[in-house]
Amino acid sequence: MRRLRQDWPALALAPAVALLALPVMDLPTWIALTAAGAAMGMMLFLMAAGLTLIFGLMDVLNFAHGAFITLGAYVAASVMGALASWVGADDLARNLAALAVAVLAAAAAAGAAGLVFERGIIRRVYGAHLQQILITVGGMIVAEQLILAAWGAQPVQVGKPVTLRGSFVLAGAAVEKYRLVAVALGLLVFAAMQLTLNRTRIGLLVRAGVENREMVEALGYRIRRLFIGVFVAGTALAGIGGVMWAVYQELVTAAVGADMTILVFIVVIIGGLGSVGGCFAGAVLVGLTTNYIGFLAPKLALGSNIALMVLVLLWRPRGLLPLAR
Amino acid sequence: MSDDVLLRLAGVHTHIGRYHILHGVDLAVREGRLTMLLGRNGAGKTTTLRTVMGMWRASAGLIDFAGAPISGRATPDIARLGIAYVPESMGIFGQLTVRENLLLAAGPAGLHPGRLDGVFAIFPVLREKLHQAAGTLSGGQKQMVAISRAIVEERRLIIVDEPTKGLAPAVIGQLIAAFQALKRQRTTILMVEQNFHMAQALGDDVAVMDDGRVVHTGTMADLADDDALQTRLLGLSLASHQ
Amino acid sequence: MRALLHRHVLSGDRPGHPAVTALLILLLLALLVVPFAVPGTKSMAAASRIAILAVLAGSYDIALGYTGIVSLAHAMFFAIGAYAVAIPLAGGWVGWGAIGLGMAAGAVLAAAIAAAITLLSLRVQTIFFSMITLAVASFAQVLATQLRGLTGGEDGLSFSLPAALSPSFHLLPGRVLGVRVDGRLLTYYLILLAALLLFLLMLRIVNSPFGRVLLAIRENAFRAEALGFRVIVYRTLASALAAAIAALAGGLMAVLLRYNGPDATLSFSVMVDILLMVVIGGMGTLYGPALGAAVIVLAEYYLQPALQGLADALVGIPVLPALFNPDRWLLWLGLLFVGFVYFLPAGIVGSLRRRRG
Repeated sequence: MRRLRQDWPALALAPAVALLALPVMDLPTWIALTAAGAAMGMMLFLMAAGLTLIFGLMDVLNFAHGAFITLGAYVAASVMGALASWVGADDLARNLAALAVAVLAAAAAAGAAGLVFERGIIRRVYGAHLQQILITVGGMIVAEQLILAAWGAQPVQVGKPVTLRGSFVLAGAAVEKYRLVAVALGLLVFAAMQLTLNRTRIGLLVRAGVENREMVEALGYRIRRLFIGVFVAGTALAGIGGVMWAVYQELVTAAVGADMTILVFIVVIIGGLGSVGGCFAGAVLVGLTTNYIGFLAPKLALGSNIALMVLVLLWRPRGLLPLAR
Repeated sequence: MSDDVLLRLAGVHTHIGRYHILHGVDLAVREGRLTMLLGRNGAGKTTTLRTVMGMWRASAGLIDFAGAPISGRATPDIARLGIAYVPESMGIFGQLTVRENLLLAAGPAGLHPGRLDGVFAIFPVLREKLHQAAGTLSGGQKQMVAISRAIVEERRLIIVDEPTKGLAPAVIGQLIAAFQALKRQRTTILMVEQNFHMAQALGDDVAVMDDGRVVHTGTMADLADDDALQTRLLGLSLASHQ
Repeated sequence: MRALLHRHVLSGDRPGHPAVTALLILLLLALLVVPFAVPGTKSMAAASRIAILAVLAGSYDIALGYTGIVSLAHAMFFAIGAYAVAIPLAGGWVGWGAIGLGMAAGAVLAAAIAAAITLLSLRVQTIFFSMITLAVASFAQVLATQLRGLTGGEDGLSFSLPAALSPSFHLLPGRVLGVRVDGRLLTYYLILLAALLLFLLMLRIVNSPFGRVLLAIRENAFRAEALGFRVIVYRTLASALAAAIAALAGGLMAVLLRYNGPDATLSFSVMVDILLMVVIGGMGTLYGPALGAAVIVLAEYYLQPALQGLADALVGIPVLPALFNPDRWLLWLGLLFVGFVYFLPAGIVGSLRRRRG
């Protein structure tokens, strides 16, 4: 209860922004933009959740996180290309199956790459922020170039499953169907993460480790294994976020990870580094703001997110729902 | 030395960064007894405990537990040998409930109802706080949770760093009673304590540290009786600490 | 004589190893004689780039190496200086006043923005700093491409320089040592002189009492604070100084290119170059980043052709030609960078100094 009392202003921020936007546009536009903002927020959450969790538990700020988003996006392009007959079929079951295969393949590929990255690079720079930032920026450069070498410099088309194309009409507003899928998946992942964190022994260990790594070790748990597990899970989530974004955009370039990294950083800073709940709130907030401002003043979209971040930080210097440490 | 020694340090040196903190610590903790580690601030007591737990690495010397060397092993592996550690900061997970704190301290089999009852017998107040976030407890209650984590599972050795630090006298009385209950169960304990009243009430054996070395070992009773020795070793006498 | 040189010109900052001294003397001599030894526009452009990037990398070193703060917006300050010079010149005010005013305005603006970012992000949580600078830098890229009227958008701004700096201006009739003494040569030596003075200024800054406080903060911010130094003030000043000098370097770059655009000074690849130069040369040494600038510029000129040769030789073998494709040269620089951070975190200069004791 005590937490709720101090958290409610942070949680009410996204609905408040949505309400504020209502008077300056007509209702159908508002519905369409809100749906778009929610979908973008969920995709941002998928991309950002791993980054914030990795920071919270391991105190590692991974500037190469975007590379795993890019990898997921390209894997999606390849899988959707290979399953063209499922993607092109006018059959919801096959369409969703194709998307599911892409999600699983991207999670596996990004998770495997994450394992290599943790073992090869991150492991040696625990506790040294300056080296971490430098080495992961270097890792981002290398990873982006490797992806370019594998998939080529030309943008790659991604097929969007037939039944997920187009829109349906809700209260006079056209809402893209794919956005519903993105919202559903985001909510599903959020719920699964909350369940894992709050109802399982692994989750208990993660929450304890976020507070006090040394004590977790003193209780006999090998925290390095937990680190690896969380790193792999976090990078796999980034890969899934990459899939959802790629199918949404129907086009992938090697810069997608670097571009999304900016928004992902804004999301986790707004939410409070390390906090999954804050990441969710921040992602929805950024998604909504991007879409409202993108409609009202298209050139200012990124600037408005930076302004939003500055305002949140002036209000709460550690983010909306900071970790108690 | 008798062969009922459970933990033995011989010539242990520890460096933290470029600082040389321990200069050859020799210490023996006997099975079934409570060993008090005394000494001035900065004498190296906490560093000794952390070195045993593998949180600092000994740069030289030997640490044996139950006859097997443990120096150089990782902290979780040392803990799994049956050593519980209660740090000076208590190391409570404040966002977790009391029950979750205890659950983490229990082994993979989970909380054993019998052991949990044993904990409540020593700290009855925790029964009603079980589902409360540990961070919302008072300082004394947090220390109870920290000690409960050490005893909620069968351990061979409990290491406690200054349990009375910052606590009110009434709470200290409760802690003394709790440790006396543990002593009756023949639990082996290594404790650092600044409060000489507590040390005298609980200690069987005593080791006094100064400047990174153990400079005196003996029984608590002998030290308590010898005012001159106390003054020389600790810069205080019991009389001034009544 | 040597002692005087050390104390008054180098501000008492010794290169620290005979090899470093030799490399620095070699670099300076090379820069001085390039127009005569290797006549041609290309070699002079490369040499000017080395001089300007040495200043840019050095200014980044004040923030990264001496103060321990990782900004990813340094290219933005470089670009601010370049745009500040380019905008009045491209707007038709072709005069020395435009260059001077542009330089000054760019430096002031860059310092103000850097101070604002530093105050905001260091006040909240130091770890945010790198992330926030990255976000601000990408916003600057968006602005530069969208404010077409001011910045020329993606195309950038081309402009002419005052007559004395144009190729058609001849200071002396005929040739000296086989080289025409024209505006191009004058531009070269002006840029070299400016870069040299800026570099010596930075040496003075880091070796002043102010610089020693920065080092103390880098080593242990808490202790520095306990000793009575307002850490946030010093960090902010260091960021602002670094940004101002980067902007001046940017102004020089605009003069060199007679052009400025996002790719020339603002893009993330410029930031990557800066990181490479500082880390490879050696953080916190100032001489290191200068040598790093030479290494990177030479690599840019020679690595791509070398990769092309390798890729041609490897045709038919799977995977390898794609990796040695000259477009993938950043892959190899990135690997070099990661390798340095791991194995030689002190860079070339720092490692040489350490070896000597």
